[in-house]
Amino acid sequence: MSEIPHLLVHDHADNVGVVVVEGLTAGTDMLCCVTADNSTFRLTVRDDVPIGHKVALKDLKAGDTAIKYGEDIGRIVADVPKGGHVHTHNLKTKRW
Amino acid sequence: MATKYSDLTVKAYRRENGRVGVRNHVVILPVDDISNAACEAVANNIKGTLAIPHAYGRLQFGEDLDLHFRTIIGTGANPNVAAVVVIGIEPGWTQRVVDGIAATGKPVWGVSIEQKGDLETIRQASWKAKEFVHWASELQREDVPLSELWISTKCGESDTTTGLGSCPTVGNMYDKLIPEGIYGVFGETSEITGAEHICKARAINEEVGERWYKMWKAYQDEVIEAHKTDDLSESQPTKGNIEGGLTTIEEKALGNLEKIGKTSRYIDILQPAETPKSGPGLYFMDTSSAAAECVTLMAAAGYVIHTFPTGQGNVVGNPIVPVIKITANPRTVRTMSEHIDVDVSGILRREMTIDQAGDALIDMIVRTANGRNTAAEALGHREFSMTKLYRSA
Repeated sequence: MSEIPHLLVHDHADNVGVVVVEGLTAGTDMLCCVTADNSTFRLTVRDDVPIGHKVALKDLKAGDTAIKYGEDIGRIVADVPKGGHVHTHNLKTKRW
Repeated sequence: MATKYSDLTVKAYRRENGRVGVRNHVVILPVDDISNAACEAVANNIKGTLAIPHAYGRLQFGEDLDLHFRTIIGTGANPNVAAVVVIGIEPGWTQRVVDGIAATGKPVWGVSIEQKGDLETIRQASWKAKEFVHWASELQREDVPLSELWISTKCGESDTTTGLGSCPTVGNMYDKLIPEGIYGVFGETSEITGAEHICKARAINEEVGERWYKMWKAYQDEVIEAHKTDDLSESQPTKGNIEGGLTTIEEKALGNLEKIGKTSRYIDILQPAETPKSGPGLYFMDTSSAAAECVTLMAAAGYVIHTFPTGQGNVVGNPIVPVIKITANPRTVRTMSEHIDVDVSGILRREMTIDQAGDALIDMIVRTANGRNTAAEALGHREFSMTKLYRSA
């Protein structure tokens, strides 16, 4: 891969990906890579998102389940548009 | 089947009981908290010795006392330790620790403080420690198969890069070395929450999986549900995890489990600090997820090298076991490079495969076993934290 990806996604079933570069700013046209098979796609990020934080791969509604590693990682509690920052303000555990 | 890992050897110490150690410590070991000062004085007198002070050992009882003895005796019995001077306040429990360590065949000697005082205790113990240092410092490393190493793992200050890079690196190492005959171990009972269905399915068979699930469920019911005062949202995930982008315990657990790779299956479940008895393979130990507590328990079980994936940069070490730090987070590599032994940030840039990262870790395990000091050793990280099950009498 000649260009370094901005976002990595574990699994094709996932609806969130992880920012893997520092200083990512809103409006960046991200190169996204699915690590399961190294396939790529592009997505425009809507917020400034720190390295390690998640971005929605599609519009997510309150009550939806966030999927990462192809698995349930919690419940969306506030709507997030495609390309938006996903973290504690809009995603909660289903456990404790 | 022979692989490119089958012929790897390391220069290590063969102990009296046949086990292999990669360090050669002469330890001054307190039975209890009030013997710390005498132990530290002896270690100050005699260069080349190591005191391991800790916070407990008086008025414990029942299962908590059993765990205390298992941890103290296991630490002295670890193959990274050549010889041990034991100091306790009274003779009974001191002798119990001496006898426990002596079962390995290594040199061990004990002394108690009552009827003597610190100064006479320190005098006697210093003479013995000096004798042990002379003896241990002439022991020679010899070639032993890499497959004889016992290698533990636990991650810390995790973030989303640990699930993408450093944990799969450890998993890849286990997938390559477990078939060669090493002993492995992972634990962190609270951090499996959210991925317990996956962890249960990674047991060698249904019986072991059922036992694992029962242990995990008991922890949930008897510890978390019984003691929680809020929703644990500031403890699991931790503040550091959240800063690093991890949002929920489920997400953290799934990343954590990447440490056991794709093909490895655990063959048995260990109590905290319990030595494995079912032969080579991967084990699960019922531990806290706090770094120093978990590494201390695994060292007490007899593991001689620890592999520690980190995201945001946990700095933990251990007095007797070298802790190898692995990170995939480029910001951590940039800001905390003195703590990192294996940089796998190339995985995030897609410049390095998990297979290459696993080989890089195996290379660092070989170098560490041969004597290279880890970052944590060079920086003096010697965290020794006892796990306490409930308050003392």
